[in-house]
Amino acid sequence: MTVLGALVAQNIAFGVIAAIMVFAAIRLVTTRNVVHAALFLVVVLGGVAALFLLMGAEFVGITQILVYIGAVVVLFLFGIMLTRTRIGDEEGTDHPNRLPAVLAAALVATVTIYAVVSGFGDVEMPADSRTTTAEVADSIFSTYIVPFEAVSVLLLAALIGAIVIARRD
Amino acid sequence: MLLNQFLVLSAVLFAIGVYGVLARRNGVLVLMSIELILNAVNINLVAFGSYVSSISGEVFALFVITVAAAEVGVGLAILLLLYRNRQSVDLSEADLMRG
Repeated sequence: MTVLGALVAQNIAFGVIAAIMVFAAIRLVTTRNVVHAALFLVVVLGGVAALFLLMGAEFVGITQILVYIGAVVVLFLFGIMLTRTRIGDEEGTDHPNRLPAVLAAALVATVTIYAVVSGFGDVEMPADSRTTTAEVADSIFSTYIVPFEAVSVLLLAALIGAIVIARRD
Repeated sequence: MLLNQFLVLSAVLFAIGVYGVLARRNGVLVLMSIELILNAVNINLVAFGSYVSSISGEVFALFVITVAAAEVGVGLAILLLLYRNRQSVDLSEADLMRG
């Protein structure tokens, strides 16, 4: 495939993934069925993983699938199961008056999109920005070793905290 | 590909997540919207990292993924406790600390 062909393919892939993601994200925040919301979350997270692979970040993409789709979504499904009595459409998932939320979201979108469009008008991504897992590992275990250890302790603290909060006694 | 494609998509997802956090009353749905926001941030981190040809963006995205997983664990535990005490995860009913 020529370089131009690869570029066109990348752009088409991006367009398809972006359209699916935005649709799923909008359904995620509007659906009345909590289980459907969790499944739309899977679609969005999968789209993000696909974008990571498109940007050449293989390790982050695979971690995204492992951690988010594999673990976090299961955690959400357990949360739904433990805090609900019935599965299906339900009342009271949204505030009755959603106009302030719409206005706030529109404001955030307008300001951010204006900022990035005026700041990075037609800046191109590098044609080949692939990074290998080895490079990520080198960086984590040299430059970012202290934050890495801190995050490990944070995970342990969150684990113990979650058990202490949620257990019956 | 333009850098802006990723940044604009990320901004749109972020705004949808903000809407979800503000408009939802069910605590689990609010946590899902927060995940949406964190993922929008991750897209930005990796896009900028790829743009400046630096590995740091990816490493920070990995840290954000870790912190998000911890946040969901603790958040769901809190919701579980809320449900056990009030038989509801409706956040507008959780107003014990409202002044």
